[in-house]
Amino acid sequence: MNRGLSWLNVTSLVLGFAFLYIPILLLVIYSFNGSRLVTVWGGFSTQWYWSLLENEQLLDAAWVTLRVAFVSSLIATVLGTMAAIALTRYGRFIGRTFFSGMTYAPLVMPEVITGLSLLLLFVAIGFERGFWTITLAHITFTMCFVAVVVQSRLVTFDRSLEEAALDLGCPPFKTFFIITLPLILPAVVSGFMLAFTLSMDDLVISSFTTGPGATTLPMRIYSQVRMGVTPEINAICTVMIGIVTVIVVFASIMTKRQETLRRREEQAAAAQ
Amino acid sequence: MALAGSKGIGRIVVILVPYLWLLLLFLVPFLIVLKISLSQDVLAQPPYSPTLDLSQGWAGFKDFISQLNFDNYGYVLSWDNEFLNAYGSSLIIASVSTLLLLLVGYPIAYAMARAPRSLQPTLLMLVILPFWTSFLIRVYAWIGILSQDGLLNQALLSLGWIDAPLEILNTDLAVYIGIVYSYLPFMVLPLYSALEKQDPTLLEAAEDLGCPPIRAFWLITFPLSLPGVAAGALLCFIPAVGEFVIPDLLGGSDTLMIGKSLWTEFTVNRSWTASSAVAVLLLIVLVVPIVIYQNIQARQLEAGK
Repeated sequence: MNRGLSWLNVTSLVLGFAFLYIPILLLVIYSFNGSRLVTVWGGFSTQWYWSLLENEQLLDAAWVTLRVAFVSSLIATVLGTMAAIALTRYGRFIGRTFFSGMTYAPLVMPEVITGLSLLLLFVAIGFERGFWTITLAHITFTMCFVAVVVQSRLVTFDRSLEEAALDLGCPPFKTFFIITLPLILPAVVSGFMLAFTLSMDDLVISSFTTGPGATTLPMRIYSQVRMGVTPEINAICTVMIGIVTVIVVFASIMTKRQETLRRREEQAAAAQ
Repeated sequence: MALAGSKGIGRIVVILVPYLWLLLLFLVPFLIVLKISLSQDVLAQPPYSPTLDLSQGWAGFKDFISQLNFDNYGYVLSWDNEFLNAYGSSLIIASVSTLLLLLVGYPIAYAMARAPRSLQPTLLMLVILPFWTSFLIRVYAWIGILSQDGLLNQALLSLGWIDAPLEILNTDLAVYIGIVYSYLPFMVLPLYSALEKQDPTLLEAAEDLGCPPIRAFWLITFPLSLPGVAAGALLCFIPAVGEFVIPDLLGGSDTLMIGKSLWTEFTVNRSWTASSAVAVLLLIVLVVPIVIYQNIQARQLEAGK
């Protein structure tokens, strides 16, 4: 079977990636525009980046966003990993179907529904809205993404290692930390990163569950975007894109290196 | 059974903590939405009535139940208001977008699955990377491209392909472009994973037996990729129905989508009870696709791929 690329396949890849990347590239290019008119090129300039540093509202929002993202993705990673283990390792338990339903539903649930329902909960129990309500909301919808990512790793790995440890009398708790966790760690880390970026990007759920004093960066960007396109927004978007790109590329290089290392170790072990 | 055996406190904790979390922050909020959708707006804090007062025991509960009514549903489902149109047009926009996504996404996923093995991780990362960048940013990027004096119109004008700028931004067309663009990774990934694990010997056998490639595609490749098609379609269709950001930023004032209507009802009209009724009805519309999606997801994950 010919596994090379036919011209048709090359065309669809080129067109597909052009469609995915050209809008982002244009946005980045126009963040260096000297002109205030976004659609007219006024020469190369980094002035919008400098004016970002003086925009205190924006910096405040960025700080709130990072704090929410960090706290919520940490907790979501723990809860999501627990949910994944419960669904893959514990066989049947009462209400299991219901539990798996609640784990997958938030993945596709329209954000307006999740946001509204959480807000009404917070109001009903009289929880003061602000940093913590956004964080709780983000934990709830991102833990499900973590659960799916970790679960897909848990179902593919060799269980005999866990069983061997348990048979040799290793307590379950310890087995998890010395056998299972190191094996699923790449999935847990990518689950954490996914939760972090989802939280950082969220606009709708944050807008519903926020309170005074807790404005996130997407909320700030959104309210500025509604008034029109400006090079300053392009600049902040470019900074966010840059950060995410560096993290993702770095992480994928790390996992790749780890895998090659592991394969080499396995080969070395087999050779002995 | 691995890990913690069948009993043990660890097992109970691992199940119970996420379970309770989801019950309290996913299920209970829905029950509250349901309850408020049956209540009435009042000028108070919280701005709806009745509120459940358990201090009066059973009588208080009966009193509470008797005050609930379906007025909000009457309001939402009346033809005088635009909600019914918004539900209809959301379903149409989401269906058409899903179809477009399939048409755009399938060739990409197919080409990725046929690419040399060594190239596939890179291609996969290239598809996922835009998904990591903010949804809002990606939608925003299109405003500068599609607007009246935007980059697309400038390019087309300077090429001489059009005489006057096209009006794309603030139309339904812009909403379609926005949805297809933003959801493309969600379509390509399940399609790719279905196509990638297909056994190539099936196609070899077809070829050896004289089946032309196009016929082999429709007889073998496409039917075998149907689970991926279903997963991708639902993964795009369901959130697209309730989409808010895209119709709000790219659509026009006459673009009706239910996510936007809910948002307006809540933030502009400040009616918590009516927006709850809108949310409940939206959920009823989506419950069948959501259940199908969950079954596919659970089967895929538990079958161990």
